[in-house]
Amino acid sequence: MSLVLKDVRKSYREPDGAALPILNIAEFALQSGEQAALLGPSGGGKTTLLNVIAGITMPDAGSVTVDGIDITRLHEVGRDRFRAQKIGFVFQTFNLLPAFTALENVLLGMSFSGKAVDRRRAEELLGKVGLSHRLHHRPARMSVGEQQRVAVARSLANRPSLLLADEPTANVDVKNQTTVLDLICEGCRENQVSLLMVTHSLEVAGRFSRVDKLGDFNHPRADR
Amino acid sequence: MNLFAIAAKSIRQRRLASCLTALSISLGVALMVAVLVINGVVSRMFSQSATGFHLIVGAKGSPMQLVLNTIYFLDRPIENIPYKYYLQLKKNSAVAHAIPFALGDTTEDGKFRIVGTIPEYFELEYVPGKKFQLQDGKFLQGKFDAVIGARVARAYGWKVGRAFPIAHGGNLGDIHDEKFAVAGILAPTGSPIDRAVFIHYDGFYEIEGHGKPLNEAQIEERARNAADQQILLPSTQLSDGKPESKPTAGQKQPISDEQKQVTAILLQMAGDGPAQRETLSFLIKPRINKGPVAQAVDPIEQITKLLRDVVGNIRTMLVAMTILIIIVSGVGIFVSIYNSMSDRRREIAIMRALGARRRTVFSVIIAESVLLCTGGGVLGLLLGHLLVFVAGPIVEARSDILIDPWYFEPHELYILPALLILSVIVGLVPGLTAYRADVARGLSD
Repeated sequence: MSLVLKDVRKSYREPDGAALPILNIAEFALQSGEQAALLGPSGGGKTTLLNVIAGITMPDAGSVTVDGIDITRLHEVGRDRFRAQKIGFVFQTFNLLPAFTALENVLLGMSFSGKAVDRRRAEELLGKVGLSHRLHHRPARMSVGEQQRVAVARSLANRPSLLLADEPTANVDVKNQTTVLDLICEGCRENQVSLLMVTHSLEVAGRFSRVDKLGDFNHPRADR
Repeated sequence: MNLFAIAAKSIRQRRLASCLTALSISLGVALMVAVLVINGVVSRMFSQSATGFHLIVGAKGSPMQLVLNTIYFLDRPIENIPYKYYLQLKKNSAVAHAIPFALGDTTEDGKFRIVGTIPEYFELEYVPGKKFQLQDGKFLQGKFDAVIGARVARAYGWKVGRAFPIAHGGNLGDIHDEKFAVAGILAPTGSPIDRAVFIHYDGFYEIEGHGKPLNEAQIEERARNAADQQILLPSTQLSDGKPESKPTAGQKQPISDEQKQVTAILLQMAGDGPAQRETLSFLIKPRINKGPVAQAVDPIEQITKLLRDVVGNIRTMLVAMTILIIIVSGVGIFVSIYNSMSDRRREIAIMRALGARRRTVFSVIIAESVLLCTGGGVLGLLLGHLLVFVAGPIVEARSDILIDPWYFEPHELYILPALLILSVIVGLVPGLTAYRADVARGLSD
């Protein structure tokens, strides 16, 4: 198993102090190398779920196991290291650092993992996403599609176990949507990386053999 | 990618604001360096100029005035003392060299001091390890020879052989008839010597009005002997009692030693080593001071006092002001980084999402502050020396102080470590803001 969530609950505090339940998941699992699309409405807790899986947000209860490691038992530094080594992230808004070139953005992710920075791999990955000629360009000088391709290369740089993609095509033009999706899916397949892609697009979800609806297994208001 | 590389990228991203804040630091540091270097050079010049002689003997009065007048050719001479006093000191076994200075006259336009002295002066080291060098001509030989300092030569364009008159007592309306000829031009020394005109002592007393009237000199001497206050000088036979003869018209009467006077006597003590010379100077000084005629002054002691009490305070004030400038610049860096934190919340969140630890993002902010402060500091050090380099010729032209732009003032060593501490302090609050940043919220911004 690449990912197993058990009895995960997460709620936020509203300004008046009342609890606002977001997640209440009895069980959710993803096999190693499996690719799944997760459908859900806006404000349904998709991003919170990804943050919980990545160890960015701690659940109030339950366990989140990635590659055999229960990240809820790790202290913060351990979670940071875990995230750097085991999780790849592709965001809706790309989240490239504007001061860094395409190559540097990929190398930056590597430098936080504690492993040696592999410049050749970074160049290879950028080559695979068709950006060999843009290695030293900064995001501002790249198209939206190119920026997202850099983000895809960055997400695979540390050979993660799990890639989390949060609406990766939402800000990309139609022409580039297919390219980006292909790159993510092929990249994960080549590197035996499990993929969980959050989307609200049925068209995007339709490309996946496994499609889950968040509402089917997340019942924030339910008592257990 | 190390922290500094990441910080440098961030600085580059906001290059205008970063450059301006670093520049403000560099200007503060440049001012401080300029103050330190110029003060160091001036202090060194003052101290060195005073180190050539162990004691200065002159008329009783202000010791500082005596030193300023004799060594730096500043201020007015106090009074004169008998030439015989000089002769006595010269014979003293504790004294290796005694150099008389007759001061008071100036060049015709009053710009430069005339110093009547003996040729032996130029055989000595004017500061330890430095002997007089000529750029042209020869040292004093004939009675009406003059050796001029480098600045005097430059100011007047005088060459060897040039004859010039002198103004009596600095009174521009009273120009002596006698003329001196430039025999030699001294190489620049970077000291007050550069702006002095040295004339032969014998020639100085060939000039009418420079000798004391004989009867006046005799009365003074008798008064000293009668008071039995003579400590160092034994009573001397001053005259044979014959009435003072007056020169006939057109004939110059050489004046006697009794009529001669000196403004100051520069003493180098005898002895095998510096310690022994110091001891001798220490012993002889109170003996001279007890007498009614003269005072002996340790020039280094006086200059140390001057540098400590006057120059030192000014320097402290200037350095304090430049420290304030640097602190204000540091606050500027704090404001610049702190203001950028809201824009960078997302960047910090991205780094954290990629696996950067809290302490990593904290360190990136501190590294950024360190780069701005120390970068500005290094630039300031270079700018400061550049400022001295540019100001050097101007200072030299106005004061004869040779300014070496690459002169390194040891206090400069404290600047970068101090900036390092300042940078950590100003980076602390923005760094903690980054440390505490909420990643999930930052990503959703």
